[in-house]
Amino acid sequence: MRAFMTTWLGAMLLLFGTLAHANLTIEITRGSDRATPIAVVPFAEDGQSLPEDVAEVISDNLERSGYFEPLPRSAMFNRPATGEEVSFGEWRALDVRYLVVGRVAREGDGYRVRYELLDVSGGRRMLGETVTASSGELRGGAHYISDQIFEAITGIRGAFATRIAYVTARGVGDDMQFGLYVADADGRNGQQVLSSREPILSPAWSPDGRKLAYVSFETERPAIYIQELATGQRVRATSFEGINGAPAWSPDGRKLAMTLSKDGQPEIYVMDVGARSFERITNNSSIDTEPAWSPDGRSLLFTSDRSGGPQLYRHDMSSGQVERLTFTGNYNARGRFAPDGEAIFLIHRSSNGYQVARQDLESGRLVVLSESRWDESPSVAPNGTMVIFATQAGNSGVLSAVSADGRASYRLPSAQGDVREPAWSPFLN
Amino acid sequence: MQFKSHARTLAIALSLAFVAGCSSTGGTQDGTVDRSRDGAAGTGVAGTGQVSGTGMGTNGQRAGQQVDGRIPEVRTIYFDFDRDNIRSEFESVLIAHARYLRSNPNARVVLQGHTDERGTREYNMALGERRARSVERFLGVQGVSPSQLEIVSYGEERPAVRGHNDEAYAQNRRVVFAY
Repeated sequence: MRAFMTTWLGAMLLLFGTLAHANLTIEITRGSDRATPIAVVPFAEDGQSLPEDVAEVISDNLERSGYFEPLPRSAMFNRPATGEEVSFGEWRALDVRYLVVGRVAREGDGYRVRYELLDVSGGRRMLGETVTASSGELRGGAHYISDQIFEAITGIRGAFATRIAYVTARGVGDDMQFGLYVADADGRNGQQVLSSREPILSPAWSPDGRKLAYVSFETERPAIYIQELATGQRVRATSFEGINGAPAWSPDGRKLAMTLSKDGQPEIYVMDVGARSFERITNNSSIDTEPAWSPDGRSLLFTSDRSGGPQLYRHDMSSGQVERLTFTGNYNARGRFAPDGEAIFLIHRSSNGYQVARQDLESGRLVVLSESRWDESPSVAPNGTMVIFATQAGNSGVLSAVSADGRASYRLPSAQGDVREPAWSPFLN
Repeated sequence: MQFKSHARTLAIALSLAFVAGCSSTGGTQDGTVDRSRDGAAGTGVAGTGQVSGTGMGTNGQRAGQQVDGRIPEVRTIYFDFDRDNIRSEFESVLIAHARYLRSNPNARVVLQGHTDERGTREYNMALGERRARSVERFLGVQGVSPSQLEIVSYGEERPAVRGHNDEAYAQNRRVVFAY
């Protein structure tokens, strides 16, 4: 019996090993026409070869943002490693506005990365810093450097060192397999955090980036769970009869807005996570769902079909007043606020299908950002520059991202099954 | 292969326990559980660590109910786009289930509501529930006790058929009787 158990434990670990890692690769689908030319020179390497090409990770990050157009390596005549080695005239001739140079050296078990950001037209150094990274964190170090460069040039905090959660699905009908994953924002280092033969949906990051709330049907009924990512410990937050869906953390992390249909039809509730008490927000005979908190925590955005079809509404938490926000077209749903609270991102149906759109709250103007017919689940980067969403490519679901102005986009295809329901983490550092 | 299926369930359960932090309790604590509504008493929720591998037969193939009479064979009815009304061609199916449930008061059925893939997932969860409620109302009018019925909406999460075309969508907009 013991041998049997050991064998199965071994088999299980193998199974787990193959399931637990997943990478999404990135294809740039549209470059921005307003991108700033930059050159990220391959970093000099001291000693043996490195597991990551740090300059390439930085260059890819900057390009993906839509704000930058990196110079191809083949166009670089020289490969300086420090600012002192740079001759600015040479880079001006290549129409490069900014230059990144650096050097990576092994230090103990990890790495020491020295980098500099140079303003080519002004002929001056903007940043110079030495970063240390432990042995498995060289890529994370490159994301950190990308964040510093992005902020120094654009004035906007970088969001490269963030993560995404997403759901995978394979199979059809009663024979399906679902997975919940967390990966770096560039799709790498995917780790499985839950596997089930029953549906998993609506992952939502806690504001401190340590927990995910999500809906799982693992008991053959929907329930909302809260899982701590570092330990895997989780609690079942709600399992009322009917829908337990669409969890959304309040900005202070103390409350979860959600959809419950325990009283007959789907309504928005706010749960005090610590006290386990519930406040009912909506009360009518129509569908109310997909709540999202405003960044200041003072209002809830939600989808309701009280006017016939689904439209977005805002509920003021102190006055209780409800205001309809969307009027363009007859299907607007699953809204999310931009981090500055001045716009919302949503799914808008037009004659072209279901697409990601941005609506400016002051003007009410709605702009479609994505191009496919089956786009869903937009989730905004914590710095507001990009929106990640689920779409279809070929016959499978993939993740895609578009800049908040719609000018740049990229796709994260997966080798295995459908990928959907992306949730962009908050800032993690 | 009974053995294989057990082994698989064990493997998945163990891997989940592993994911759940290698804790000896499996990591799941019961939170707020409220199933006080009619028809829910006694169904409860599967307990701690009960994850995956239990979902077979949700399409009504679980024919293990030892009650008098036979469960009607047609256990899926279909809906028009964006609608939750019962199509007249399926009324006879519902009447047959109503007759079965009335003559077998201990029989219980889960009405599983489904939508096609178009639209947002949580909104579709609500639409799937609306379809299942429409069936529940019909059965109620036919004299079926509410205590025999439970509603679970799967939204667009469990399509019967894959594909982004009208034929696939038509087969996915459905309510399934799961006894």
